[in-house]
Amino acid sequence: MTLPAEIVGTAGLEFFGRISASISHEIRNALAVINEHAGLLEDMTLMAEKGVPLDPGRLKRTAGAVLKQVQRVDGIVKTMNRFAHSVDEPLKRVDLAETVELIVRLFARFAAVRQVGLSPESPLTSVSVATRPFQLQNLIGLCLDYAMQSAGAGGTVKLSIAPLPEGGADIRFAGLPVSALTEAPLTGEVAQALLGATRAVVSLRAESGELILRLPAKIEGVS
Amino acid sequence: MPEKVLLVDDEKDFLDVMAERMRARGMEVKTASTPSEALALVANESFDAIILDLQMPEMDGLETLKKIKSKKPELQIILLTGHATVQKGVEAMKLGAMDLLEKPADLSDLTAKIQAASSKRMLLVEKQSEEKIKKILTTKAW
Repeated sequence: MTLPAEIVGTAGLEFFGRISASISHEIRNALAVINEHAGLLEDMTLMAEKGVPLDPGRLKRTAGAVLKQVQRVDGIVKTMNRFAHSVDEPLKRVDLAETVELIVRLFARFAAVRQVGLSPESPLTSVSVATRPFQLQNLIGLCLDYAMQSAGAGGTVKLSIAPLPEGGADIRFAGLPVSALTEAPLTGEVAQALLGATRAVVSLRAESGELILRLPAKIEGVS
Repeated sequence: MPEKVLLVDDEKDFLDVMAERMRARGMEVKTASTPSEALALVANESFDAIILDLQMPEMDGLETLKKIKSKKPELQIILLTGHATVQKGVEAMKLGAMDLLEKPADLSDLTAKIQAASSKRMLLVEKQSEEKIKKILTTKAW
């Protein structure tokens, strides 16, 4: 099959850019908090030089707050690193549970801005598929965008993975109000190209308020 | 008189420490972690400067800026963001923002901008009062 390579390539760059911008925003937010705590320590030092006694409890709280932000940035960077390495191999065997968890982490800020909760099943069912990892992530991202838009502010998108008897799996995005499911999902050029690239099929189950992304066990070229 | 500042950001840790440092510099600081909380405060109180995060849940910073400006055009708004783009900056200025700073910002820079905002607001308020007086003088029959 000839891939609509240009569409998939451009969409991939846009996806990578969008995620990178969101990650840099998160890192800057954490740095801003660290910056203010460093400034606070400076303020306290200046006060101490003028004879105001240092408050050990306040120092302890500041150290704790900085540590919290360092741990936050460490988590963000780990997630970013995993995402960056998803383009290392164009075709690869991946665990869907790990892929969905990664996308949920990467989309946490987008969900917060839209005031939508993301609730992956705990634990997500582990299913291995041979696919194009980066295009799959991009596709799951598009499904999440559709699901978050449908769920609306105050809603929660529940994610789960259901293995198929013939191999492969369904990724389910549930919690979508039936009244919001008026438009067919992922009809655009980019979505169609990504569905083609991953041999995936998307469908709506309006009665249960679900968007379903069906993935085959493998696509050509991967063992 | 101390500058009265409203800090609006959905990062609670940032709000707390920033407010503490600004208060230590003699400013009167109120905080809001959501745009609606900020709009409610703006409706009831007056501020010399509002420090507003550009990206927040519920309503983005530009939308909040528009709403504040439509209610109280004299209010001086400084956008503080970790997600600045040139396009957003230009848009913010067109909507009446006084300035846009990127996080992490230097508190001395921010303090200078707050003082400039306070002076600008005073001038605007004085001008508004002058216009009101002129209007009264020209419309009322004494």
